[in-house]
Amino acid sequence: MEKERAYDRWSRDYDAAALRRPSFATMSGIEVDPVYGPPDGEFPGVYPYTRGIHASMYRTRLWTMRMFAGFGTAIDTNARFRDIIAAGGTGLSTAFDMPTLLGLDSDDPMSLGEVGRCGVAIDSIDDVRDLFREIDLSKITTSMTINSPAAIMLALFVAQAEETGVPRSRLGGTLQNDILKEYQAQKEFVFPPRQSMRLVRDTIAFTAAEMPKWNSVSVSGYHIREAGSTAAEELAFTLANGFAYLELAREAGLSVDQVAPRLSFFFNAHIDFFEEIAKYRAARRIWATWLRNHYGATDERSWQLRFHTQTAGVSLTAQQPENNLARTAIEALAGVLGGTQSLHTNSMDEALALPSEKAARLALRTQQIIAHETNVANVADPLGGSWYVEALTDEMEQQAESLFAELMDIGGGSMLEGCIGGIEQNWFQSHIAESAYQLERAFNRGDRIIVGVNDFLDGNDEADLELLRITNADERKQVTRLAAVRQRRDDDAVRRARERLANEAADPATNLMPALIDAARAEVTVGEMMTSLAGVFGRYVEVPVL
Amino acid sequence: MSVRVLVAKVGLDGHDRGIKVVARILRDAGMEVVYTGLFQTPDTVAMAAIQEDVDVVGLSMLSGAHLTLAPLVVEALRQRDSSIPVVVGGIVPNNDVADLKAAGIAAVFGPGATDDEIVGAIMSLVQPIE
Repeated sequence: MEKERAYDRWSRDYDAAALRRPSFATMSGIEVDPVYGPPDGEFPGVYPYTRGIHASMYRTRLWTMRMFAGFGTAIDTNARFRDIIAAGGTGLSTAFDMPTLLGLDSDDPMSLGEVGRCGVAIDSIDDVRDLFREIDLSKITTSMTINSPAAIMLALFVAQAEETGVPRSRLGGTLQNDILKEYQAQKEFVFPPRQSMRLVRDTIAFTAAEMPKWNSVSVSGYHIREAGSTAAEELAFTLANGFAYLELAREAGLSVDQVAPRLSFFFNAHIDFFEEIAKYRAARRIWATWLRNHYGATDERSWQLRFHTQTAGVSLTAQQPENNLARTAIEALAGVLGGTQSLHTNSMDEALALPSEKAARLALRTQQIIAHETNVANVADPLGGSWYVEALTDEMEQQAESLFAELMDIGGGSMLEGCIGGIEQNWFQSHIAESAYQLERAFNRGDRIIVGVNDFLDGNDEADLELLRITNADERKQVTRLAAVRQRRDDDAVRRARERLANEAADPATNLMPALIDAARAEVTVGEMMTSLAGVFGRYVEVPVL
Repeated sequence: MSVRVLVAKVGLDGHDRGIKVVARILRDAGMEVVYTGLFQTPDTVAMAAIQEDVDVVGLSMLSGAHLTLAPLVVEALRQRDSSIPVVVGGIVPNNDVADLKAAGIAAVFGPGATDDEIVGAIMSLVQPIE
């Protein structure tokens, strides 16, 4: 096997793959090959996967057009979910509101003005029941974009599914659960880093043992880039975090091959077209090389980096917002030419507000045009072999390697310690803030042109788009729902569940998932579970660097 | 004496890219900048502004909660008999600017505001042009 030539391996896998169409041709009828390059070169679906993780890439299946949604109360989002399923959707992607993301109940004073605004508000299992009402969780995959309270949300989900008769072993989906990037970039943290990592460890171990269809962590560079990093920093920090989770799982007694296939990645698609494509190609090559050589993974699935892409929110402008359609189309194309497994395209109005229905539809249409009109999906890695893209891919890899070396220094040879130490020393945060500042300098000097912002201003005084307006009515509804839950539940059961949670949190060797699932069943709220844990773990206060 | 500015994040919004860049721009312009970190409340911002004796408070808001939270900061300052002006920067639709001004916000900087606009507006709040 080891000696099988890349071409032979590729051709064996390609011949075995089911294809979307019997043949693939250009608009003018020229038949095209599934991939181009010298016979002794690299091939998609073959280590180190620079050219893609599947031999037939999009000839078998297009990327998943996964559009992220969630708003208001669980009942509102449930209606939206059922529309998606009725329209043939097989995957749900849940956006939570900010109080939920920070583990606060809707009636917490800090939640004022934020309930149901950027996503759905979840306070207890009662909301999860409404969120998935009449949805068969054994037949649908569910992605949950949540981090600090990720273990709690998983517990609520498992408890609710089991109430409806679906065993945890049949639940499929993904938890973002990437806490390291919260300290580095997104800043939705609650507990200190090491205590948070204990929760991540517990979810990885629990899902590995009991939920074979579950992806435990979606390692996310998106937020690192949005916070201002360069492409190479996004690449390096994200993969370093991925390595850190592998080392964490290893400490919990799991093998690399048990965990790596359950990690997926999430990258940004920014506006520098070729640099982004090079970044995705380098990501696959680095992951494969490190998993095989440094971590000793032997399962090919461990070597294959799967990723979701979202176009860059920060590249959108409030001025002449229709221009954002063009930006998003170019960014989405980079994701596709880079071989993404799934894609979310931003809406043109997102520099102004949450997307209107029309803007969200146009964003999806952008992907459909790329998928069905341009023919770019007919050939795997169409830019492979371009001298420019290959050189940029190598450069991305080299820059990432030198950042890995710095992190290994910080961690004394451990990437897990390097990532935690890098957070504690503000190493990541300083890198990101400095890159953001330099980009802003270039803009302010006029070295970087942003159309409609510092040049080409005609049209800036045109009327605004029709924007989505959100009222505070959902907040009042949700607070009333929560009060009803607090009123009717068994207070003794709540107290006992919270005591057990606090006791087990104090013992680092205990996996907290069973206690969290019990607490979910007792209708303990998200905020109460977080408070019980914070009593033991403490709360993290960032000392910001300017 | 140089102009002192408190830059602050109120509520649950963790987007801190803009506030950090603006803090450095203000420093580059010779101002002294205090940043109290994430997850502040209107009361903690008002107290810090008075304690640090700043000339201007700058709020960075990107989550859409500006109409709820920014007026509360102005109110918290006025309750403490402080007249320190409050400015807001971030994702603020044009339609909301008038409401914010009516609630006592001295200036609003939307996406794409230049360094000169921000620095100039803050200087004019500190040294009102007669």
